[in-house]
Amino acid sequence: MLHTFVALVEDKPGVLTRVASLFRRLNINIVSLTVGHSERASVSRMTIVCEASPTAGHRIAASLYKLENVLEIDDVGQLSHVARELALIKVAATPKTRSMVFELVEVFRARIVDLAPESLMIEITGVESKIEGLIQVLNENGDRILEISRTGRMVMRRGQHTSRVLEAMRVPGLETPDELKAEEEVSASDVLMADETGF
Amino acid sequence: MAAKKQATDRTKSQPSASAVHGTRLTGSEILWATLEGEGVSVVFGYPGGAILPVYDALRKFPIRHVLVRHEQGAAHMADGYARASGKVGVAVATSGPGATNLVTGIATAMLDSVPIVCITGQVSSKVLGTDAFQEVDITGITLPVTKHNYVVTRAEDVAKTIREAFLVARSGRPGPVLVDITKDAQQGLAEFDFAAAEPKPHRPHPMLKTESESILAAAELIRSAKKPVILAGHGVLQSGAGAQVRTLAERMRIPVASTLLGLGGFPASHPLSLGMMGMHGEAWVNHAIQNADLLIACGMRFDDRVTGTLATYAPNAKKIHIEVDPAEINKNVKADVALIGDLKEALEALLPHLPPRDAKRESAWVKEIEASKGECAVRDIRNLPDSGHLYAAHVMHDLWKATEGKAIVVTDVGQHQMWEAQYYKHDEPRTLITSGGLGTMGFALPAAIGAKIACPDKEVWVVAGDGGFQMTAAELSTAAQEELDLNIAVVNNGYLGMVRQWQEFFYEKNYQSSPLRSPDFVKLAAAHGISGAAVRKRAEVLPAVEEARRHKGPYVINFLVEKEDSVYPMIPAGSALHEMIRRPDSPLVETAQDK
Repeated sequence: MLHTFVALVEDKPGVLTRVASLFRRLNINIVSLTVGHSERASVSRMTIVCEASPTAGHRIAASLYKLENVLEIDDVGQLSHVARELALIKVAATPKTRSMVFELVEVFRARIVDLAPESLMIEITGVESKIEGLIQVLNENGDRILEISRTGRMVMRRGQHTSRVLEAMRVPGLETPDELKAEEEVSASDVLMADETGF
Repeated sequence: MAAKKQATDRTKSQPSASAVHGTRLTGSEILWATLEGEGVSVVFGYPGGAILPVYDALRKFPIRHVLVRHEQGAAHMADGYARASGKVGVAVATSGPGATNLVTGIATAMLDSVPIVCITGQVSSKVLGTDAFQEVDITGITLPVTKHNYVVTRAEDVAKTIREAFLVARSGRPGPVLVDITKDAQQGLAEFDFAAAEPKPHRPHPMLKTESESILAAAELIRSAKKPVILAGHGVLQSGAGAQVRTLAERMRIPVASTLLGLGGFPASHPLSLGMMGMHGEAWVNHAIQNADLLIACGMRFDDRVTGTLATYAPNAKKIHIEVDPAEINKNVKADVALIGDLKEALEALLPHLPPRDAKRESAWVKEIEASKGECAVRDIRNLPDSGHLYAAHVMHDLWKATEGKAIVVTDVGQHQMWEAQYYKHDEPRTLITSGGLGTMGFALPAAIGAKIACPDKEVWVVAGDGGFQMTAAELSTAAQEELDLNIAVVNNGYLGMVRQWQEFFYEKNYQSSPLRSPDFVKLAAAHGISGAAVRKRAEVLPAVEEARRHKGPYVINFLVEKEDSVYPMIPAGSALHEMIRRPDSPLVETAQDK
């Protein structure tokens, strides 16, 4: 089963290694890992997708918290969230064949960001299934995919999100986690969630 | 503990740096001043190029330095010091090979959760990453075997890093921390302010959990259990929860089984004590656990040596797991109730909910265990006729008797370690020092040196096999140089005994690379300027032990024991706790593998 963890970590040299080394030590395969700045100075945000048994989430989170540079772990799991990934796909296309690719790109609401005599580059964001869908269709279409670069999954919980760290910083107006759980059933989110099932 | 044999003439040199707050000191001076402020009175180390500035500054400080013969010895000494005293042990080494030689000792401390701080020199920050002379990425190498590690490249970071290292080492579940200090940081100047370098309080693990509902659930399980067993582990010693465990056991009439590292946490001579459980635990302990309906796990982690195959471990028992490290909960064994926090505090919260059982009516459960103890006793090697061979178990038993069970015993790893656990009854915590989690051969002699320096007024015995002893025998020179009153028992059977035992049981006696030729240990000791004697017969054991105790300074006894003896009972890897191999040759033998 795939677990998705959002880790808020100190923005210091070597923290990435510590986190990655922990997964290796636990003999857990990292499927994707993306890291960048968060909304807070000196705090980085890592999103780690890993392959582990359904009950392993507690142990992974507990082990991550033992690392001195880790501030907060969120096992996103089944909670309501938005997941996105970005991919750049380079496809071989001549002026004769490129219009077919244009049509596919239109259907997937992706964009062409580079056009060259022998190739073009597609930029696409969305859930993984959307990106994999485009890749599959390009392959079925006989278009030669020259290169793919993917960022890996990024996630963010829907609605207002409290964490211990934010509470410690006393951000005003945030509900407690118990109240928050009730909020996650709000129907406004349902409308937006329609976006996730299709494209 | 006053520093011994310091050659410093302190009237001549600068006063110790705690008196010179606010002045500019070198990073090396700040290092020693911070260690002094943290209560360090002794460090174990070995100098070298990348740490020379640190060594040069030492003479200005009232800290004793013990020169070792191999940096692995320094790490084990810091470890033994920490286990014996409860304080944080400190080891110092240079860069490159000095640092890498520490790794085994650091891993030993990591697996047994022992608080040590290892300080390594490092090449100048200007040449980091260029494969400079004796440069090695020790922080990268020790990532998996330290709680945390640091690189310090500036003198102004030394004090706060060291203070934080000590805090990390001793907080929560203790463990080793490494601080790598570049040479330019050692030589640079900075303001020193010990108080300002105080770290933020250590954030407790966010998943700690001992809410009242868990406490009540645990209390309910304990009150209603008919066949409870307490499993006492290393956490009992580290949390200082011995009194609470004893109260729980006595009030509720619950027998207490121990892990290897928990021995001494509950007095072995207590009627409710079962002794060590697991792979080489006595039969009655493991039967009790397999028949129990409740296990109260106190500061232990259900290691595979203790559980046997997990599929059939304690099949009828509910489990209460009291543990300070949340990552251990449900790692191996599913807990019905988990109290995730400090053991002593958890037990103190729990005890008020437990009204005493009627002590006069001894429970059927305790009687059942007593009966099985009786059955097993007939197999006890101590009751076997003296066939003229010297058995290691006899040596342990006689040592226990001679020392009244009050010595600090530091064992190495192997058969002798198991016989010590079976036959030397420890009543006090911190009296058995042994490498359990990593099982590091060569641990005993250096760790005992550390323990003796921590507790100079206590009697300290090294018990090591011929294999393990040879791995770190060079530290005999350290014992001699430090003039330590250390008693060293080598249990010499001419084999890597535990390897031979496994080869006997599971590899059809293919004794591949297990017969071991050793030096004459008495002559080896004499070469170090240390007295000793050889013992070949049982009648010689006590006189040799008494001579070692009487003798001032180190003393080595070479016990030439039965060559092919095996530790019983034994649970083969992959077997269940009740599927133990029993000693076959007793005259009153039941057939092996009876339940």
